[in-house]
Amino acid sequence: MNPGTLKQILLITDGCSNQGEDPVAMAALARESGITVNVIGVMEQDTIDEQGMKEIEGIAMSGGGVSQVVYAQSLSQTVQMVTRKAMTQTLQGVVNRELQQILGGSKTVEDLPPEQRGEVMEVVDELGETVKLEVLVLVDTSASMKHKLPTVKEALLDLSLSLNARSGNNQFGVFVFPGKKNDVEKLLDWTPHLESLTSIFPKLTTGGITPTGPAIREALTYFKKKRSLRGLLSRDDEQYFEESM
Amino acid sequence: MMNSTLKNLCRFVPGTIIIGKWHQNRYTILKELGSGANGIVYLAQFHNQKVAIKMSDNGMSITSEVNVLKSFAKVQGSSLGPSLIDVDDWVVKNHNISFYVMEYIAGPDFLSFISQKGKGWTEVLILQLLSDLHTLHEKGWVFGDLKPENLIVMGPPPRIRCIDVGGTTIQGRAIKEFTEFYDRGYWGLGSRKAEPTYDLFAVAMIIINTEYPKRFNKTSGGMNQLREQIRQKTALHKYERILTNALQGRYQSAQEMRMDLLNCMNSQTSPAQSSVTKRQTRPTVTQTRQAYRKKKGGWVETFLIIMVVSFLYFFYIYSQV
Repeated sequence: MNPGTLKQILLITDGCSNQGEDPVAMAALARESGITVNVIGVMEQDTIDEQGMKEIEGIAMSGGGVSQVVYAQSLSQTVQMVTRKAMTQTLQGVVNRELQQILGGSKTVEDLPPEQRGEVMEVVDELGETVKLEVLVLVDTSASMKHKLPTVKEALLDLSLSLNARSGNNQFGVFVFPGKKNDVEKLLDWTPHLESLTSIFPKLTTGGITPTGPAIREALTYFKKKRSLRGLLSRDDEQYFEESM
Repeated sequence: MMNSTLKNLCRFVPGTIIIGKWHQNRYTILKELGSGANGIVYLAQFHNQKVAIKMSDNGMSITSEVNVLKSFAKVQGSSLGPSLIDVDDWVVKNHNISFYVMEYIAGPDFLSFISQKGKGWTEVLILQLLSDLHTLHEKGWVFGDLKPENLIVMGPPPRIRCIDVGGTTIQGRAIKEFTEFYDRGYWGLGSRKAEPTYDLFAVAMIIINTEYPKRFNKTSGGMNQLREQIRQKTALHKYERILTNALQGRYQSAQEMRMDLLNCMNSQTSPAQSSVTKRQTRPTVTQTRQAYRKKKGGWVETFLIIMVVSFLYFFYIYSQV
């Protein structure tokens, strides 16, 4: 069973979007193109207002991902947990579809007696360990996020540490919004390691607006661009593989 | 989102009766024992027996833990994790809640036990823990989320037991679940790959934790900060070498760390004993020196023999001609 590459957008924000398209709709669009959207809301002493909370949950729900609202200090642990949880969720979906083909009807893992679920879980575990993963991180750099950015950086480094312990391949990209000129700015191109963030992050300037929707839209096109480039390469790989067989 | 729904779904008042969908067993909830990111554990009554039930709306995490417990059950005569009694689903309000039932391990957690019974117990419990970890590692697992809250001291006689196998991972994979203070990745001292050294790092942090019950935050991180924290507590000085070794991943196995800890304790039990060991070590030094001298003598001997033999051979050849 090959679930291909898992694609995720990880949105780190502290409140409401206030410009451009509806982020919930953009998340739904992402889901349609096979990309999961996870959202982490970063709180301070006070809680996030209700509207912000609703938006965070809404984005994750329509993006088929996981959301979590946390205090800045527990960000590291949350970022890696949310990413993992979303991965397992997606893989479970893949395995469930596969099971439905075998068993027919709308049977899922949950319909199997507990004794038989163990083996299915082992497949999910195995996939989670080896599957290729692409995570595009979208960081909200509106003015209120300014002093949380060092924590965000730490959390992202921690995420790459966690995921690089897997045997599967990882690719990370980092976008910030609002950017200097546009709504979104690319900070880091696809890379397996996030260490280079250490030098880039302190130079970030923070802006006033929060164009969450446009940021997600832009992130989507970025996945596509990469896929088209990669597509050529991987096709070559396959041919080579066939020949060697 | 996940957590709040989980909490609403799985919160039940004492007296609630759980009936399994597949095996029809009846459990009565007595009280909540604890809750974590992946579920809630309840104490429950099953026939005349007290059992612990872990439930979660995420069936997969339950299944995954059941897999671990089942594989532990195959290890004979060991006390790795609680023993598994039942796995089932419970349908409540049209929701499927997966749960598993395990042996109820009663007792205080590691840190409360030590604060009640005294620091003298630290070493005993750590030694017990290390031998359990050794068995676990030999079976190809790494415990992962090792922390005082996950260690219960049963007894009497006091015996340490690991509960919560949510972080238990097959060696070579990425650690499933961890807690920052006990995680070597957090301190910048290694990867999150499941290796025996990962657990041994956590054991060292647990020992440090006994002197810092409130833990401490990462400032500079790395070995420098941890070494400084160890030096600030006199009670930790005797373990300094062992702790640094474990923190830097120098012990290849739990057994090795256990032996080292055991030796360290024996050499410290009384000053008289330690002088004896010193006296014993001195002769060994002279012995090796003698051996070295012998070796030198040996070289001379060999050389002489070769000389004599070749001389005789030369003489023999000469006489033949």
